[in-house]
Amino acid sequence: MNENELVWRIAGGSGDGIDSTGSNFTKSLMRAGLNVTTHRHYPSRIRGGHTYFEVRASPEDIKARADEYNVLLALGDSFARAPDEEAIYGNEEIKPLTENLDDLAEGGVIIYDSGVVDIEDAPEFDERAEENNWHVVPLDLREIAKEHGREVMRNTAGVGATVALVEGVKLEDIEDVMSDAMGGDMLEANIDILHYTHDKVVEEFDTDTDVTLPESQHDEEQVLVGGSHGIAYAALDEGCRFISGYPMTPWTDVFAIMSQLLPEFDGVAEQVEDEIAAASMAIGASHAGAKAMSGSSGGGFALMSEPLGMAEATETPVVLVEAMRGGPSTGLPTKTEQSDLEHVLFTSQGDGMRVVLAPGSAEEAYEQTRVAFRIAYDYNIPAIILYDKKLSGGITNVPASFFDREPNPDMGATLTEDEIEEFKREGDQDYPRFRYDAEKGVPPRPIPGQKDGRFKTSGNEHDEYGYISEDPDNRVTQMDRRLSRFDHIRDELDEEDHQAVYGTDAEDAEYGILSFGSNKGVIEEAADRLEDAGHSVGAMNVSDLVPFDSETVRNFVENVEHVYVVENNATAQLRHHVQRELGGYGDALTSILKYDGNPFRPAEVVDAFESAVEGGVETSYNVKIQHKMSRKGRDTETVKRTETVEGKGD
Amino acid sequence: MSAFSAIGQEEEVSSDDYTPELEPQATWCPGCGDFSVLKALKQGLAELGKNPDEVQLMTGIGCSGKLSSYFESYGFHTIHGRPLPVARAAKLINPELEIIAAGGDGDGYGIGGNHFMHTARENHDMTYIVFNNEVFGLTKGQPSPTSPKGHKSKMTPHGNAKAPMRPMSMALSAGATYVARTAATNPRQAKDIVREAVEHDGFAHIDFLTQCPTWNKDAKQYVPYIDIQDSDDHDDFELDDMRAAWEAMRETEESLYEGKVLTGRYYQDERRPSYQEEKQERGDMPEHPVAEQYFDDSYDWKRSYDIIDKHR
Repeated sequence: MNENELVWRIAGGSGDGIDSTGSNFTKSLMRAGLNVTTHRHYPSRIRGGHTYFEVRASPEDIKARADEYNVLLALGDSFARAPDEEAIYGNEEIKPLTENLDDLAEGGVIIYDSGVVDIEDAPEFDERAEENNWHVVPLDLREIAKEHGREVMRNTAGVGATVALVEGVKLEDIEDVMSDAMGGDMLEANIDILHYTHDKVVEEFDTDTDVTLPESQHDEEQVLVGGSHGIAYAALDEGCRFISGYPMTPWTDVFAIMSQLLPEFDGVAEQVEDEIAAASMAIGASHAGAKAMSGSSGGGFALMSEPLGMAEATETPVVLVEAMRGGPSTGLPTKTEQSDLEHVLFTSQGDGMRVVLAPGSAEEAYEQTRVAFRIAYDYNIPAIILYDKKLSGGITNVPASFFDREPNPDMGATLTEDEIEEFKREGDQDYPRFRYDAEKGVPPRPIPGQKDGRFKTSGNEHDEYGYISEDPDNRVTQMDRRLSRFDHIRDELDEEDHQAVYGTDAEDAEYGILSFGSNKGVIEEAADRLEDAGHSVGAMNVSDLVPFDSETVRNFVENVEHVYVVENNATAQLRHHVQRELGGYGDALTSILKYDGNPFRPAEVVDAFESAVEGGVETSYNVKIQHKMSRKGRDTETVKRTETVEGKGD
Repeated sequence: MSAFSAIGQEEEVSSDDYTPELEPQATWCPGCGDFSVLKALKQGLAELGKNPDEVQLMTGIGCSGKLSSYFESYGFHTIHGRPLPVARAAKLINPELEIIAAGGDGDGYGIGGNHFMHTARENHDMTYIVFNNEVFGLTKGQPSPTSPKGHKSKMTPHGNAKAPMRPMSMALSAGATYVARTAATNPRQAKDIVREAVEHDGFAHIDFLTQCPTWNKDAKQYVPYIDIQDSDDHDDFELDDMRAAWEAMRETEESLYEGKVLTGRYYQDERRPSYQEEKQERGDMPEHPVAEQYFDDSYDWKRSYDIIDKHR
């Protein structure tokens, strides 16, 4: 645990206001000048269950969730229906306390709602508290909230207690954010509760704790955003004015942000009957002349498989987003995983022709979604943004000026009526929408309604005019033309430099850590710590999955002694992709895998690296090491040090 | 000025203007009912003076899906069962386009049944023609959702155990605002119904009986056809009377399998607003077509930075 950090966790049942309270607290810390990252843990249910929101605040440039935390606000689960140890899920009422104790640092602070949590039900609580030197503050938050407002406001009471116990957190900062979020009687009651609880703790408890909020200041004004905002705001800035979808966690975040905003941006949002319709509609909208997107998570994206192929075959641009969660099937609906990589790479029949980018942070989500739109519309090709529940739900601070960009509503490879007149072939009735000789393999398209622009398009193989054709020479010519686009797309992506090496340059580093997507911050913090511990490590996070940046990744792999491939899945999908794209290097790679539904913490990567680098397979967490290429359980040499797993992890 | 000058352009159009030079001869079997749909569509649109460049045809998969190859307009041959979602999004992006979706009974009532129900429910302003030949033709004679009970094929050696679905009743209960049935054997009625459906502001469903001479029947079996509007055996009913429509549809759907071919107009409701009108009313969709924005140099593009303050 870094002494110079506040890592605050609010835990309760779904419906206890954990998310809104956590977000507001996070914003107040950001406004106070701290850098923040968050992690949200929740079950797939509307009410109850074990759920928490964690914010890490530091003056340092933090990039991942913390390894441990130091303040627990345990509200208890007010919706628990069977507060009984004999119940199948155990005593749920106290879970927001008991389930969170394992990761609480020594000297940490516990505030719990004694109105909901009966401490007698928490096994060996006093012993553990004494052993770990925890500072325990029991408060009847429920009673306080009832007396001064409404019972649901007990989270505000808990925040008041936090302010009293963590030096550096200011009441006025909390009030500021609260008054932005609410007003009237509601605001008044909350402020009353905040102050009352704060004062009560100051009067009745020892407030001298080991936890303080460090002082910090931002160079410029910050905004608090998540990966979903990055994706949605980039889409809007690229002129995307159509979204269609069907709700599914965690993709729903992007869908909701867009659905709220599109009407005021002169666009159209549609919630439809299923994901087949959703993807088909985005294609129809794009065909009719709009920048359009759709998306889903694993199961819903599976339904988009055939429309995706239609977009590929008809060369209709569209941006799809895929927010991964634990699979297979319904899997772990609200937990994170990176196991849809191969799904997204290979789904839909035939030789796939899509672009796949996996951003690593909220900023990258913005940048790469803009690139995805640009490439999709310049090359008339579907582009997919692959992200996950971790990136979707985690929020962090970004300079406000980051979003101060010019919009790009350019429709890319399309024609105006004047251009149609100029380029249409003499005597032709139809426009040659799929002409063989197009520059960069991209024939620009007319938009329906344009005079003399009419053309056919089809999911069947087709000729230059879009008419169905099974002629072998036409087939090969069209296939080669479509494929030729990827060379040009790769050239454009090279300018974006999505695969920059972090830390020690590959030429100088002894070891490499390789990952993709949302693990970026984790492997960077892990690399920093490994460097501090005397290792020579460079970290590369891959974003360009298709077309793959073979040259850069090959250089990285070749220039280090060994590479550790970190992924949030069980079957080493990135490692397989790398080996497939590079044509080998299996001996140079070792996998570090986690698939328990939770994102990596930097400590877990450090721990696994240090074990693996000695040739070991043991880890202290729910993390597996695989040296040899193994697949679906065959030749798995991994041994998890199970005896120490208990007491660690989520 | 519109970037889509073909839209609303007044001009004289003849049905030959909808005949493509590249593929003027359809590959359908001799005697196929699909020819009649093509002809009715050409004639109906010619009577309305529609410019081929303002018409977007979306088709499904099967013999019927090839309609877009034989009809001169913007044509999108989609995938099996999905012409409707592709079509309705195009309408939302450019409501001034004339959108026509078409496909077979397997395409629309089977694999795409969910889209049929929801497109009717939402009342998108478009025409949907279902080539109902009561069989899967292109894949060689398997039972379709409208095949009669007892239909024999390689898939159903003992005859089809399923009762046929009722397409018009389904359209009506889902929310379609124009429902008609016509037959390939009745070209004059077919042309009129296509024209009325295109003119209708809302979701217009035409169940178009198209005999499949290869797999189930030749044209004779749809003769004689009875137009319920002209039949002495059928009382006149107001087209916006849902209960009367329901009864007439029920009789029509059942009698088809007893050898009596009833056709005509069954339901027409001009009061219910179309989906895009509903959305515009709520401020959910701009009054000006989204597709025009991208060609309008003076359009002021809003950006995310304009709404970033809530994150500060």
